Amino acid sequence: MVLPTNLKHVATAKDHAELIENNENVMICCGRMGPMCIPVYDVMEKLQDEYTHVEFRDMAFDSPEAAVIRNHPACSSFMGLPFVVYYKNGELVAATSSIQNREQITGILDEKLQQ
Amino acid sequence: MNEKDYDVIILGGGPAGLTAGIYLGRAKVKTLIIDSGIIGGQTVLTYEVANYPGIEMVSGYELSSTMQKQALSFGCDIISNVGITETDIIGEIKSVTVNNETTYSSRSLILATGGKSRTLNVPGESELKGKGISYCATCDGDFFQDKEIVVVGGGNSALEEADSLTKYASKVTVLHEFDEFQAMEHAIEKAKANPKIDFILKSHITEFQGNGKLTGIKYKNLDNGDTNEMKVDGVFIFIGYMANTKELENTHIKLNEKGEVITDENLSTNVPGVFAAGDNRAVKYRQITTAVADGTVAALNSIEYLSTHSK
Repeated sequence: MVLPTNLKHVATAKDHAELIENNENVMICCGRMGPMCIPVYDVMEKLQDEYTHVEFRDMAFDSPEAAVIRNHPACSSFMGLPFVVYYKNGELVAATSSIQNREQITGILDEKLQQ
Repeated sequence: MNEKDYDVIILGGGPAGLTAGIYLGRAKVKTLIIDSGIIGGQTVLTYEVANYPGIEMVSGYELSSTMQKQALSFGCDIISNVGITETDIIGEIKSVTVNNETTYSSRSLILATGGKSRTLNVPGESELKGKGISYCATCDGDFFQDKEIVVVGGGNSALEEADSLTKYASKVTVLHEFDEFQAMEHAIEKAKANPKIDFILKSHITEFQGNGKLTGIKYKNLDNGDTNEMKVDGVFIFIGYMANTKELENTHIKLNEKGEVITDENLSTNVPGVFAAGDNRAVKYRQITTAVADGTVAALNSIEYLSTHSK
């Protein structure tokens, strides 16, 4: 189960584990194709050329495999799509709920996922 | 710094800007659309569009994607999700600088900067967004299964979404600052007939409560000034839109007291060669169809301006 975006997808919990293990900086947007999620995918697509040290991915919120993000303790209070998680050296360093704009996303990337 | 010349620059890539781009592109006018966010504007944030003539039902994303494809197919250039760092629109040549890197210039400019959802701007709102506070019932409604929630607003969106949220919530309280609703009669009747919906009128929220997750609200009765508290799991805010014109405040473009662009019937602003279209204008109704009409009129008048003010 993957989303019809132009981003690379995380399809399984195994993919997720390998991704954060093998890459220093990772941002994953876990959502649906709804009004609060699509603008975040769009920002991520545009940022790929600018933040080449970050791996940008999406994951389908309704996939059972996305429990790895949905049930993460950092997301326990989240009640708005999408859930966006940021990893540095395999550790979750930031997470947001609901729509975020370019400025908010780059703010987190610049602070938490530096080169 | 890079410089690139166009005949017309359109600020904003919602339905107004994209329509203007389609008309200008078809007329072989060299056109650039710049948007600081996603192309499609407010339309992308609309789950379903049912009243766009000629199309029975379409998602806002699909509709704006099609408009974007049309504009591109007619030769329009489009850039999105960029920072507009400087604008100079007074002189004969207008210029827009993006990301402090590239300056684009043109002889005519169309301001189609659109609108954005109003927020309450009270303590706790930004911290608890996505943690109990939502602006999209379709997106987040299912997080509130069997929960008690509040819907803020009194227009069509507020009352229709309050009704739809009763599919999930055990109780919905509509909280509205006036003593009557602005919604259409059918939406009011449907909400009033729904046994899961209560109403609190002439009141507004003064504070969102919760540490990492919304747990309640404080609200004030505007008649007697009394402040009350209510325990709630969620609040959905639908209090309309405001013109997205903050970047125009220091540009000499004439705005009204609400920050909306003032135009004449040709959609000309007070600055020669600068037109406005769509939800940023001082108008009563803001629909995709009215934005599309504005984009058409602004584009055609821009073409006329270019022809009568030749290089």
